[in-house]
Amino acid sequence: MSIMTYRQALRDTLRTEMRRDPDVLLLGEEIGVFEGSYKITAGLLAEFGEKRVRDTPIAEEGFTGAAIGAAMLGLRPVVEIMTINFSLLALDQIVNHAAKIYGMFGGQARVPLVIRTPGGGGQQLGATHSQNIELYYAFVPGMKVVAPSNPADAKSLLLAAIRDDDPVLFLENLALYNAKGEVPDDDTPGEIGRAAVTRPGRDITVVAYSRMAAVALTVAERMAQTDGIDIEVVDLRSLRPLDRETVVDSVRRTHCAVVLEDDWLTYGIGAEIAATISDGAFDWLDAPVRRVAMAEVPLPYAKTLETAALPSADDVTTAIRQTLASVGRRAGKDIP
Amino acid sequence: MQLLTPEGERVAHPHFDIDITPDELRGLYRDMVLVRRADRESNALQRQGQLGIWVPLLGQEAAQIGAGRAMRPRDMAFPSYREHGVAWCRGIDPTELLGIFRGTDHGSWDPMATRFHPYTIVIGNQCLNAVGYAMGQRFDGRIGDGHDSADAEATVVFFGDGATSQGDVNEAFVWGAVYDAPVVFFCQNNQWAISEPMERQSRIPLYQRASGYGFPGIRVDGNDVLATLAVTRWALEECRSGNGPVLIEAFTYRMDAHTTSDDPSRYRLADELEAWKLKDPIERVKAYLHRQQWADGDYFAEVERESDALAARLREYCQRMPVPSADRMFSEVYANGSSAVSAQRDEFLTYLSQFEQTGGER
Ligand SMILES: Cc1ncc(C[n+]2csc(CCOP(=O)(O)OP(=O)(O)O)c2C)c(N)n1
Ligand SMILES: [Mg+2]
Repeated sequence: MSIMTYRQALRDTLRTEMRRDPDVLLLGEEIGVFEGSYKITAGLLAEFGEKRVRDTPIAEEGFTGAAIGAAMLGLRPVVEIMTINFSLLALDQIVNHAAKIYGMFGGQARVPLVIRTPGGGGQQLGATHSQNIELYYAFVPGMKVVAPSNPADAKSLLLAAIRDDDPVLFLENLALYNAKGEVPDDDTPGEIGRAAVTRPGRDITVVAYSRMAAVALTVAERMAQTDGIDIEVVDLRSLRPLDRETVVDSVRRTHCAVVLEDDWLTYGIGAEIAATISDGAFDWLDAPVRRVAMAEVPLPYAKTLETAALPSADDVTTAIRQTLASVGRRAGKDIP
Repeated sequence: MQLLTPEGERVAHPHFDIDITPDELRGLYRDMVLVRRADRESNALQRQGQLGIWVPLLGQEAAQIGAGRAMRPRDMAFPSYREHGVAWCRGIDPTELLGIFRGTDHGSWDPMATRFHPYTIVIGNQCLNAVGYAMGQRFDGRIGDGHDSADAEATVVFFGDGATSQGDVNEAFVWGAVYDAPVVFFCQNNQWAISEPMERQSRIPLYQRASGYGFPGIRVDGNDVLATLAVTRWALEECRSGNGPVLIEAFTYRMDAHTTSDDPSRYRLADELEAWKLKDPIERVKAYLHRQQWADGDYFAEVERESDALAARLREYCQRMPVPSADRMFSEVYANGSSAVSAQRDEFLTYLSQFEQTGGER
């Protein structure tokens, strides 16, 4: 085990995989000389050269499409899209091509492509640069979408994504890059499509992924002290495939759930999780599933408004208290 | 294409020569000095924590003032995010730019009154929007039939060298061409797209791309305000006469960082900057004004005083910009409002008021 940041875990893993497999190459804007907008690729151009670390022109659709072609011929491209917002320019390549080539070509061609890209608001980057739109990709059969919330998962899921034979959207988060945690030294890939109970608990299930899964853990620790309640946190880790079993299993034990997401409520991932719980644990539920999401507005740029629009730890706390109150198993102090 | 050398010598050009009065040239000089000062002051305000980010225009004053001053009031401008000099020419006070960089506003000018579209940050997108606008100008009969006229109008869209790699920009070229849209594609080739040099975007000079799409392209010394003015005037006349589009490549240099979040010493040599400093857009005009005796020390001192005053006004304005109230974010989702958004706002305000009562922090 070593302690390192999420950023470091990603960088080390890219390096390990590039050393292990000469077919792995990196493409993206500013990833070479500049070492990435968020410095994930620092040192890689120096070690692997321009052939395997490619600075591309500003053409997201172009380099994603080119990477798909390279993947079809057996390379394992890892594309960095500066932020998930710019993946919108490559939407057709991802949704209509990467995700469908295997099926539409009768299984004759595979697309072992990884698209690494950070989501996340809260950095005052304005409405077009602060979105969490992984849902667009999680919606599409043929795609895989993983969303690690801590350095250990960042490593194991990136290993898995690079070695996977299907296109994987690997969701990072701007607010997580400096998060520290223990990372195993061995290079065993994680399993894509398996959620984790990152904190076992008896009273309520909180389901989340990416940044919100980290928020959930903080809230759980805090509320154990302030409210004396025991929260179970389920970190989805993968949005497609989705591990419904772990979610349902947890709710059957706790009898109530709050789902967190960093994007808009309507048609969101929270809705999918709520439906999953309804399907699999309806008879076990003691309260309606509550969802915490951001305000349904384009994210404002003003710091105060941005903070207000995004879901906060306090919003999560409130939702948990409200849910427990409606169960009639109030464990906290005052319910606001 | 150059009319004023870096040393401040006037050179003739067979097609694009320009008659410029002392008054006009002093005006261009003043424009450039003031926008540079506003730019430096805003950059400093960011460094002092007063702005979230700043996007410097340093070095691109001539390209922007030349293009901006070539436009007539009815012409429309679509900027990217660095066009503070063009904004100035459209009558937008530099204080009005601060809101979007301080994060208190989403742009306070009226795009139709100023004929200056809000800034666009997603690279290249505005080129398509501009072509659509220009097509409208044409279909509405707002361009002359074979000649320019006083009530004719056209569009100028601003983008960078890096943007030329984007699909949107190339689609805009195609559309502009096939619809003869009265649009001037004004590319400021400042040599860099963040850390990526021109060589990463094109094998050929950018202006040459135009011929492949079927319209004229021209490269102009973007650090020469006279040449840029002359070429943009010509291009706008072409467009207003129904002979658009035209591509202008203004060859210039980004003398500062990409934004205040960037550190260019990581990817380019200081020598390069030194070489471009010798081609400074303002110095050559100053030298020429001197040489012609069109301006004296008093005049330069007066412009300096004016720029000090502008800087002071910017600082003062920046500090007293109001923080927007929380309900603001719900007020600009749909043009005519929406009951769902209103309900969300009410719920949110109720929620906030609980914290006011308990004195808690959200
Ligand atoms: C679609 C998209 N991709 C990437 C970015 C990130 N980005 C912002 S500015 C920039 C460089 C643009 O360079 P250029 O077009 O030369 O304009 P300049 O900044 O030099 O004026 C990049 C890549 C973006 N804003 N939008
Ligand atoms: Mg540029």
